[in-house]
Amino acid sequence: MTRRTGRRSYSAASLARHALSGHRCWPRAIPEDRPRSGYEVVIIGAGGHGLAAAYHLARDHGIRDVAVIDKGYLGGGNVTRNTAIVRSNYFLPARGDIADRSLELWEGLSEDLNFNVMFSQGGIINLAHSTSQLDDFARRANAMAIRGVPAELLSRDEVAALLPRLDISSSTRYPVVGGLLQRRAGTVRHDAVAWGYARAAASLGVDIVQNHEVTAITSEGGRVTGVVTPHGEIHADRVIAAVSAGSTRIAQAAGLTLPVESHVLQAAVTEPLAPVLHHVVTHGLVNFYVSQTDKGELLLGGNIDGYNTRIARGGPSPLEEAIRVLVSMFPSLSRVRLLRTWAGVVDMSMDGAPILSETPLGGFYLNTGWCYGGFKTTPAVGELLAEMVATGTTPPMAAPFALDRFASGRIVPEEGHGPKPWMYH
Amino acid sequence: MLVITCPHCGPRDVTEYSYGGDASRARPDTTGEVDDATWDAYLYLRGDPAGPHLEHWHHALGCRQWLTVTRDTTTDRILEVRSPAMGGREP
Ligand SMILES: Cc1cc2nc3c(=O)[nH]c(=O)nc-3n(C[C@H](O)[C@H](O)[C@H](O)COP(=O)(O)OP(=O)(O)OC[C@H]3O[C@@H](n4cnc5c(N)ncnc54)[C@H](O)[C@@H]3O)c2cc1C
Ligand SMILES: [Zn+2]
Repeated sequence: MTRRTGRRSYSAASLARHALSGHRCWPRAIPEDRPRSGYEVVIIGAGGHGLAAAYHLARDHGIRDVAVIDKGYLGGGNVTRNTAIVRSNYFLPARGDIADRSLELWEGLSEDLNFNVMFSQGGIINLAHSTSQLDDFARRANAMAIRGVPAELLSRDEVAALLPRLDISSSTRYPVVGGLLQRRAGTVRHDAVAWGYARAAASLGVDIVQNHEVTAITSEGGRVTGVVTPHGEIHADRVIAAVSAGSTRIAQAAGLTLPVESHVLQAAVTEPLAPVLHHVVTHGLVNFYVSQTDKGELLLGGNIDGYNTRIARGGPSPLEEAIRVLVSMFPSLSRVRLLRTWAGVVDMSMDGAPILSETPLGGFYLNTGWCYGGFKTTPAVGELLAEMVATGTTPPMAAPFALDRFASGRIVPEEGHGPKPWMYH
Repeated sequence: MLVITCPHCGPRDVTEYSYGGDASRARPDTTGEVDDATWDAYLYLRGDPAGPHLEHWHHALGCRQWLTVTRDTTTDRILEVRSPAMGGREP
């Protein structure tokens, strides 16, 4: 197998050059690799997290003997099914730090990857529907300020000025009393994240192997030795599992039982409209969030269906609820037609926080439990996983998310519902 | 939509029920003496099977009984429903 080095860069000059040949000769952006018999590091799962980890291993640590292996096509999992929201308005420092670091990385990512990920920083507005909720937002804004992250508490009039279409009358179903604004938040084009990381990692020498499902993990003397796919065994000194919906199964293959359950989350887009909404807006009582894509579609999301499932197709009630709330917030949008709905199976953890950790199996690392909030942290997760694997140590930012926190009682309860994953967001 | 047949009320949409989670784990009865690993297993570790899953459902908008349901998580087919009188357990 030939090693790819260097990157054929996208630029104004390359665009002009390829225009001369009518854009018929663009090189393949991402090669189709067959796996070799062994690698220094094998990453299971070509989602955003796995691909970002491969990119940082190659770029920051010079570890290029790496394969990312996916059972389907690259970016076929939750990285391209999410509602694309990127923010860091968390209360707990552990959740905030990793999201803050990601925001920094998102801001430079298009340049880093030489691939436009279309980060639109329109800001996020969380609506408050009672004065006690506004007090809670003030507490959250203060926690953010302590981390040095700007957030603004909004009065009802300020909300109304930013969201002219929002029904703020006192007769609406859920009257609005104020809000919390993080201006640096926004949305990122999620497909571009998968493709951009894959292309950048491949150009640094990483193999990206699609259509190879990992069915078993091999080990010897308490240390991982590789993975098995229907096409044979692939040796590896170290293995990262970043498989979201596949986490329980992969963990079982490694002899582990996880504090994680599989649930389904749906999303939907409407037909495209002229610009009507510049922020991501979240409702404060019903779990509902909406933004407008660059194409003009309204992108809607709500709750998980609420019971364990492996079926990536949800029932009608969470979507009905999302649409009811949308219409109560923005009555002028009631005639807009729904275009498309879809779903993804998400890895819900018992405290609502992720697991980013070494495991009792030596050399085997787990990245899971991201519930429905793992897209926003894709860049920092990649950086942290790479550092963990390259150095064999746990960076401070990852330490709170150790797998053993459940046994020791050091859980990370941002929402604090107890071990009821169907209640987490 | 998922339909669960309540032994008392008959077939009802999932929107009448509220979920109570995995029903396969029993709370350790010697609460004062259990070690961390046993608590961890009871509180946090889940089988999360791809297949039959034993789970609690509360018929909140019906008879308000806790039902113990076996449902296949890969097909949503309900395999068995038991009320407390039929040996089902409350969470
Ligand atoms: C509808 C929806 C909306 C969401 N909205 C948001 C949002 O607005 N903001 C946010 O931050 N997060 C959101 N999320 C969550 C976010 O998408 C995920 O947490 C994140 O993308 C997980 O990334 P990943 O790379 O770990 O997983 P994935 O992208 O799912 O990648 C995992 C990959 O592993 C592969 N795989 C699984 N098992 C195996 C196996 N045995 N062998 C080989 N490969 C395997 C899969 O094929 C898949 O490609 C949302 C999720 C959903 C479903
Ligand atoms: Zn009943």
